[in-house]
Amino acid sequence: MPSTPASTRPMVTIDGNEAAAYVAHKINEVIAIYPITPSSPMGEWSDQWSAEQRPNIWGTVPSVIEMQSEGGASGALHGALQAGALSTTFTSAQGLLLMIPNMFKIAGELTPTVFHIAARSLAVQALSIFGDHSDVMAVRSTGFGMLSSNSIQEVMDFALIAQAASLESRIPFVHFFDGFRTSHEVAKVEQLSADDLRAMIDDDLVRKHRARALTPDRPVLRGTAQNPDVYFQARETVNPFYLATPTIVQNTMDKFAKLTGRSYHLFDYVGSPHADRVIVMMGSGAEVAHEAVEALVARGEEVGLLKVRLFRPFSIQDFVAAIPHTVRAIAVLDRTKEPGAVGEPLYCDVITALAEADRRKKVIGGRYGLSSKEFTPPMVQAVFEELRRQYPKNHFTVGIKDDVTHTSLDYDPEFSTEAPGTVRALFYGLGADGTVGANKNSVKIIGEETENYAQGYFVYDSKKSGAITTSHLRFGPQPIHSSYLITKANFVACHQFSFLERIDVLKAAEPGATFLLNSTYGPDEVWDHLPRTVQQQIIDKKLKFYVIDGYEVARQAGMGGRINTIMQTCFFAISGVLPREEAIAAIKHTIEKTYGKRGESVVRKNFAAVDAAISHLYQVPVPGKITALFDIRPPVPAAAPEFVQKVTAKIIAGEGDDLPVSALPVDGTFPTATAQWEKRNIALEIPVWDEALCIQCGKCVLVCPHSVIRAKVYDEKHLAGAPAAFKAVPARWKDMKDKRYSLQVAPEDCTGCTLCVEVCPVKSKSEVKHRALNMAAQPPLREAEVENWEFFLKIPDTDRGVLSLSQVKDVQLLQPLFEFSGACSGCGETPYVKLMTQLFGDRALIANATGCSSIYGGNLPTTPYCVNEEGRGPTWSNSLFEDNAEFGLGMRLAIDKQNEYARELVLRLSGVIGDELTRALLEADQTTEAGIFAQRERVEMLRLKLSCTATPEARELLSVADMLVKKSVWIVGGDGWAYDIGYGGLDHVLSTGRDVNLLVLDTEVYSNTGGQASKATPRAAVAKFAAGGKPAGKKDLASMAMSYGSVYVAHIAMGASDMQTVKAFLEAEAYPGPSLLIAYSHCIAHGYDLEHGLDQQKAAVNSGYWPLFRYNPELAGQGKNPFLLDSRPPTVALRDYAYNETRYTMLAKSHPEQAKALLELAQDDVEKRWKLYDYWAHMPVNGGEKK
Amino acid sequence: MIDLSKTIDLSTTYVGLKLRNPLVASSSPLCEDLGAIRRMEDAGAAAVVLHSLFEEQIEFEADELDRFLGDASERGPEALTHFPELTRGVTGPEEYLEHLRKCKKAVRIPIIASLNGSTRGGWIRYAKQMEQAGADALELNIYSLPMDPDVSGEQVEKNYVELVKAVRAEVRIPVCVKLGPYFSSMANMARKLDAAGADGLVLFNRFYQPDYDLEALEVVPNLVLSNSHELLLRLHWIAVLYGAIRADLALTGGVHNAADVVKAMMAGARVAMLTSALLKRGISYMDTLTTELLVWMGDHEYDSIRQMQGSMSRNAVPQPKAFERVNYIKVLSSYAR
Repeated sequence: MPSTPASTRPMVTIDGNEAAAYVAHKINEVIAIYPITPSSPMGEWSDQWSAEQRPNIWGTVPSVIEMQSEGGASGALHGALQAGALSTTFTSAQGLLLMIPNMFKIAGELTPTVFHIAARSLAVQALSIFGDHSDVMAVRSTGFGMLSSNSIQEVMDFALIAQAASLESRIPFVHFFDGFRTSHEVAKVEQLSADDLRAMIDDDLVRKHRARALTPDRPVLRGTAQNPDVYFQARETVNPFYLATPTIVQNTMDKFAKLTGRSYHLFDYVGSPHADRVIVMMGSGAEVAHEAVEALVARGEEVGLLKVRLFRPFSIQDFVAAIPHTVRAIAVLDRTKEPGAVGEPLYCDVITALAEADRRKKVIGGRYGLSSKEFTPPMVQAVFEELRRQYPKNHFTVGIKDDVTHTSLDYDPEFSTEAPGTVRALFYGLGADGTVGANKNSVKIIGEETENYAQGYFVYDSKKSGAITTSHLRFGPQPIHSSYLITKANFVACHQFSFLERIDVLKAAEPGATFLLNSTYGPDEVWDHLPRTVQQQIIDKKLKFYVIDGYEVARQAGMGGRINTIMQTCFFAISGVLPREEAIAAIKHTIEKTYGKRGESVVRKNFAAVDAAISHLYQVPVPGKITALFDIRPPVPAAAPEFVQKVTAKIIAGEGDDLPVSALPVDGTFPTATAQWEKRNIALEIPVWDEALCIQCGKCVLVCPHSVIRAKVYDEKHLAGAPAAFKAVPARWKDMKDKRYSLQVAPEDCTGCTLCVEVCPVKSKSEVKHRALNMAAQPPLREAEVENWEFFLKIPDTDRGVLSLSQVKDVQLLQPLFEFSGACSGCGETPYVKLMTQLFGDRALIANATGCSSIYGGNLPTTPYCVNEEGRGPTWSNSLFEDNAEFGLGMRLAIDKQNEYARELVLRLSGVIGDELTRALLEADQTTEAGIFAQRERVEMLRLKLSCTATPEARELLSVADMLVKKSVWIVGGDGWAYDIGYGGLDHVLSTGRDVNLLVLDTEVYSNTGGQASKATPRAAVAKFAAGGKPAGKKDLASMAMSYGSVYVAHIAMGASDMQTVKAFLEAEAYPGPSLLIAYSHCIAHGYDLEHGLDQQKAAVNSGYWPLFRYNPELAGQGKNPFLLDSRPPTVALRDYAYNETRYTMLAKSHPEQAKALLELAQDDVEKRWKLYDYWAHMPVNGGEKK
Repeated sequence: MIDLSKTIDLSTTYVGLKLRNPLVASSSPLCEDLGAIRRMEDAGAAAVVLHSLFEEQIEFEADELDRFLGDASERGPEALTHFPELTRGVTGPEEYLEHLRKCKKAVRIPIIASLNGSTRGGWIRYAKQMEQAGADALELNIYSLPMDPDVSGEQVEKNYVELVKAVRAEVRIPVCVKLGPYFSSMANMARKLDAAGADGLVLFNRFYQPDYDLEALEVVPNLVLSNSHELLLRLHWIAVLYGAIRADLALTGGVHNAADVVKAMMAGARVAMLTSALLKRGISYMDTLTTELLVWMGDHEYDSIRQMQGSMSRNAVPQPKAFERVNYIKVLSSYAR
């Protein structure tokens, strides 16, 4: 929408979340939030602005509070509204669902408020963080008004219109826009001024809202309980308000139009006034349809688009009036799915509306864009083509291939509506390399320094290490409606050379496009290092090819490996979007804005890099013939199983969109053991074993977060046929002296984190820096080590029966059933998960709370959970974030019940089974692995015996026989789950006494959603929502659990004591009741090189911040003190631990006084806690002597 | 009882600053605490040299902050960042400068700011900022170990001289240079710095000397506090340089008792700086030392510090050769005897 010509409002380049938060923060007083993707940034912006003391339009700074869950946020919001404050919240997906109970209340009480929703898929067969309307459609019965924004400008505008209309109508509103596509797209928009906001918000209505508030000065009773006599009538009292609302919204839109020149209607029609075919839809897809309709109308087609703005209350009158009379057929597109319904919600409303208005039209409904599935002009064209048919397909899908129920429409991917004058640039970067940030700045530069419109959208893969980011940037003189990814780029930049062999980076390059490559090879030598596909496309498409050694420029400028501003400068230099000098000045300006607060030297070094960039940029003369001897590698090896070849490989290759419906499991069930096939090859360096120096202690194997370093002890005979480079030495075990020992690295799975090297206790006597493991460049080692690794895998695992599981040295020989996860390089969580699978993986059921561990554990394409030689391994599921303890308890209940039933059946069938086997099955001691293995053999015998019996009872027993073998239930999650959103459930589960094991991977922030504070965040540390340092101390979850007296509790830190960690795992699993392991997990959100993670864990323990202890209720039963303090009194000050980490130092460097005061309090916390624990450790037992 | 402080004049001057006595609290962690600075004044310190502002550290911290914030960003669609925006810029030198301002407000004795730069721009920028923050003088703590075999001693000396010239040209307050003893020609170096505009030379810096942890096989940072034996090297060079250059001389390193102070003065120092003694015995030792100094001077009938300053410098003793090579030979031969 064009703005008024005389507008003096600033043009800003922001994303949808910022646009919504900007308005919401300006016109509210209380903001209650909880982080959830993709709406978290709205809360973060609000918190930041309040921290910066930015006032709302009434001159007061809104109060922002982070709650423990979305349920909590909505409750707090409800209370704030009832007490008269203008209040808002932001959320998405399951978060919105947790607000439903309060939404009914808020609407029922006619309370004005606006919830701003970045609409997202609901967790169904799988969780998805991406955008569709499943969540908002699930709240359409709450009584909230629903207003849809389709673009960033509309987000800003409708945030205000919704609030103004809500105040006048007293109907609360959900203001929604598409998660990611709109919430995260960066675009140039006109910013509403404070005057605009003041003009739209009627202070009289605000005062009326306050006047309705609860106050003892004018006491009322609200929230009564009503009986059948009056509830129904009372429910009908709100009708006049809903009837009036559409008019109020339209009047508000009209008022807004007069103010800004942007005119909106409840239903906005675009296209031919004589259209015979029309699409009805809402959300960002409508922008795409808008672009397509304009192109089709220009070609003479009679088509149109009706954008639904106000979905609730649905105004039939306005809807019907907006449809041209010429329309013959309508396609209603819903971005959601309601299985079993007669149709999706918008479709049903349209049918009803037309029927009630007595307008006969052909109407079909279709689904599109679930979970941010691309929705493009070709799909719009396909829908219009479908409408031409005499019998068009109803309940169709578009954007996928449905080969099962054949709902999908075919479309022509070559149909393009891209404006010819638009620059379309694609950038491939490595996660965390700054490419996305620099591109966001480029969009800002072009949006704010030129007359061009600008758009930026950013795509990430799901790995937390070695991830590929793709930036899609469009610039042009016309407004950009293209809410879809770039498939025809005239500029492609690849910031990581290694991507060339992983993905087809030039697939989207148009003929004649420009290709910029960050390459350590110069213009004269780079050609021969390109894969065949890349060379072919450069030649065929006549690409202009440039290289720069960004790393060398960065190194010379003192920037380490950070190349983002260098590559950004090259983009401007080549693309010519701005005159070169102007571009450099603008880049420097954004560098100052982006990095200025971090220190003057940071800015200076970036400036130096920018200045040096262009002189290192070279155009490559393209030889004209293919010389490559290699090509893009296949996504998985040929040996991978069929499912992996057919499905997983496609997803890995970035071709998951092409998979048809039939390729995917019907209920979200996937095979495990798939990460082994995804050879990501991301390590620049890998550890190399010095077998002569190694003492075979196994510490490296224990700490490896990615399970890429393994050890085996085996008979010499297995060395037959070993590759020449394979290393083996005599085993240093008393009982296995005659065997061989090998330590082997998986070269293509290693992330190069170096934790194994750091933990190695051995140093060479002639050169102390040389250890038993030493990092070395991976490329020259890759081929030989791949061969070694494959040979190593074929060697039989060491017999578990001869190992002592409580010894770290022996644990290294246990096969990990968790391998090659996509967690951050050097992750502090995964070593614990891996250890759990080494010890109990063959009998483990894992309930995993949503968070980092569910993403690296269960985000497609692959899972790190795998199986042993017998095919046994952890079985894993993620229910939700908030219910994980209960979810895991349910597993235990099912196992126990089935075990009980199986035992009953064994007794009933003892005649068939035989007395001896019956007794052995029922009296089996399964407290040791040997006992469990023996029971498995008995169950096999049982199966054999039952296989000859066809009675119903025998069949019943066969179906539950496995439950006679001990199962280990692990309830795994982070501190956000355990301390905050899931605490109520966790507490209840602990109280039940059932045999479950809870593993809390405590990173002390919400790591997965970007470092928001939890109740585990320590005092004095900075986190989101605690930008000034967390003022309150960390919750002592362990003490709370110990207070039951019946819960096994351990506080562990593998880096400080691997022995204590192993012991705690074994005791927890052996304890027949609930066990709680709280595991210190270093994290990138702590801000230091994770290669020092283990040292930092030691420092945490040595400072007393993280005391190691175990509380074992069984000891109390033996007359002993159940509390064992495993670490020594503090030997260093808290600051010696804390000030190694950015989360503490960034406060010390920006607010030294505040940091000092908080650290003193935190030191006091440590000392008090230690005294208490020390007392417990020495408390008298049973009133007798101290033990 | 006679109040010696009324009869004996302990005052001195140093780089133009009038000091009530020659005892200066030198750069140490104690100087980071405003309360400690106040106690130093109360205990009789005539001036305080603050701890050094290390440009390299400021840069390092900024770079590390940038690195870790960057490394925790753009990790995935759910976590565009892992830290909140800095609500305020990092303090950089500002924390130091604010401390300097507070010290100036809190005490009346002169406050000498100490600077260790790593770039030419940094030396000048921070020197000016220190002057603006109220420093009474600057001490350039040129703390670097040239380990590059391609850098000659001549180049190192040239760098020192140019640095002093550059800073001298930018600030009006007195500029002192704290030096290590490892120059091929100490006297020549001192003269060059004198000519470059240094108002004072502080002899000598003590360097961290890393030690080995034989169990862990690690190099561990180590700073052993000084003792009186270290005084001798400093006495030697102050005695040699006294009168040979215009700049004032300060002795730092090895001053632990009144006798050490007296020796420093007699060699030609304008002030004696204390660090280890205060760390070992506490700030109040400054008061004890003053008293002991007065007692010694009273016992030996000295009227003033000025009277003794340089009284045993190389040119003031009957055997100047005692400071030369022959002294070494004599010591050895006397020991042999």
